[in-house]
Amino acid sequence: MTTTLKALGLTRLFGPNKAVNNVSFELSKGEVLGFLGPNGAGKSTTMRMLTGNLAPTDGQVEICGINIIEEPKLAKANIGYLPEMRPLYKEFRVNEFLRIAAKLHNIPAKKINSSIDIAMEKCGLTHMSNRLIENLSNGYQQRVGIAQAIIHNPEIVILDEPTVGLDPIQIREIRKLIKEIGKEHSVILSTHILPEVEIVCDRVQIIDKGNLVFHGSIDDLKQQRRGNKLLVGFKKTPTLKKLQSLFDIVKIEKQEDLLHVIQFKNLDFDMEKFIQVCVKEKLGLFQVSPHITSLEDTFVQLTNK
Amino acid sequence: MIINIASKEIKSFFVTPMGWIILALITAAFGTYYLEGVNSYFEVMSGAIRPAERVGVTIYVGQTVYGAAFFLMLFAVPLMSMRLISEERRQQTLPFLFSAPVSIVEIVLGKFFGLFAFLALMVVYIFLMLSTLNIWADIDFGYLFSNTFGLLLLVGSFAAIGIYFSSLTSQPIIAAILSFIFAFLLLGLESYFASQPNHWFHHVSLLKHFQTFSRGVISSKDIIYFLLFISTFIVLTIRRLDADRLRG
Ligand SMILES: Nc1ncnc2c1ncn2[C@@H]1O[C@H](COP(=O)(O)OP(=O)(O)OP(=O)(O)O)[C@@H](O)[C@H]1O
Ligand SMILES: [Mg+2]
Repeated sequence: MTTTLKALGLTRLFGPNKAVNNVSFELSKGEVLGFLGPNGAGKSTTMRMLTGNLAPTDGQVEICGINIIEEPKLAKANIGYLPEMRPLYKEFRVNEFLRIAAKLHNIPAKKINSSIDIAMEKCGLTHMSNRLIENLSNGYQQRVGIAQAIIHNPEIVILDEPTVGLDPIQIREIRKLIKEIGKEHSVILSTHILPEVEIVCDRVQIIDKGNLVFHGSIDDLKQQRRGNKLLVGFKKTPTLKKLQSLFDIVKIEKQEDLLHVIQFKNLDFDMEKFIQVCVKEKLGLFQVSPHITSLEDTFVQLTNK
Repeated sequence: MIINIASKEIKSFFVTPMGWIILALITAAFGTYYLEGVNSYFEVMSGAIRPAERVGVTIYVGQTVYGAAFFLMLFAVPLMSMRLISEERRQQTLPFLFSAPVSIVEIVLGKFFGLFAFLALMVVYIFLMLSTLNIWADIDFGYLFSNTFGLLLLVGSFAAIGIYFSSLTSQPIIAAILSFIFAFLLLGLESYFASQPNHWFHHVSLLKHFQTFSRGVISSKDIIYFLLFISTFIVLTIRRLDADRLRG
């Protein structure tokens, strides 16, 4: 797989504050990378540095092998970027605005009309072509923002919270679009919607207070979610002391209807032995299943370390 | 690429009524001064009995129109330049330009030439208007050329001041006021130093250098002065925008 984007030790200071601290990662062709993180984590700041909108205090960015600080024009030609605050010239009509975007990205004159049509179609804007951008609803303005980012068919598409303000139907379409772009090109998107990451992304990166706290594939994230917890149903609830004398248990949490979440000390606890002992002790075991923490919980755990 | 940005500026100037209003007001004003000049020419000249008091029609009408152009442009250019960058700041659209494969130099030059092309059109319009005198009189085209040239350089300087102050703020009105005050000081301070002909201020005064052209003289010293003046403010604007990328 070819690497399209490489970030090496990206760091950005705002005065004394480190907004982004030593972030490194790579992105391959045909990959969708999700940026997760709480407010103020540094997602947008990282994206601004990747797109050449903000100079890093330290570190390097390579776009298709081109250093963006040394050769900004060549590097930027391969990027489509939708910033957090969508940059729209609201006094123009949709097609006029996209024409400006097309020209700025050096699309040859002959292909401009077809690129505009394709971008509008992909973003469901065709019937809004002649409307003034300032009169469009919030969601449609967001679509125009996405359309300008993909109009030149760039190698890397960077979208800062692309589904904000969209209705559920459009969210689905945009996710489909992102997946489609992700097949041939590379996409980075940031989001606050956790399930979105599992739906569209191949890889996740969780950033907190400027630091990369998790970096891996969606499967890794799911693994992380499974963890060392069991959801167990006892008819006769034993005390924590009693259980601790039998197993390496850290904590019991009572759920509704006699269900308990048991957290083991180790990840590789012996499930078979656990059941055997429970039966022998006549605890009235009626249910055992792995306890999958919600994505939200995993997220909170990772960002609270 | 500079042309693409320039054409975007011109388009965005005319998609709002603002552009058309300024254009209408300015052409109306110039037309008025022109007619005024032509009408009063005969009155004044028939009153001038000695030949030494008589001046040609080109110079007489030209002085009326170009004298006014000077002041009209002093007001008009800041109004036209104010949105160039400050509006992009206000609407947070600069990332659109910064993310495209264009350099900051091209962005600034594109914006500057977009405005300048429009101003140049007005200057040419004035030239054509005055040329119509040629229908019934033999006019001095050399005088018209040198004034046209001088006015081009002058509005270029106003535009350069305008784009610089526009890059400093996200409030277009503040940009307009600042560039007006600054240009006005450069012109108006002149009179405070009238008693000291060698004061340094006379060398930086825009008016002083423009006056050479309005007498019908094209001198390389004045051309260089204006070009330096314009480049200085363009470089300052480029540096200001570059600082955005560094400071965040
Ligand atoms: N121009 C700036 N000047 C000073 N501090 C800034 C600037 N831009 C961002 N920051 C700081 O950098 C940190 C990271 O901000 P950033 O916008 O990258 O967060 P984010 O992860 O995108 O958050 P959100 O989810 O709210 O969009 C924040 O603490 C913010 O206050
Ligand atoms: Mg953000």
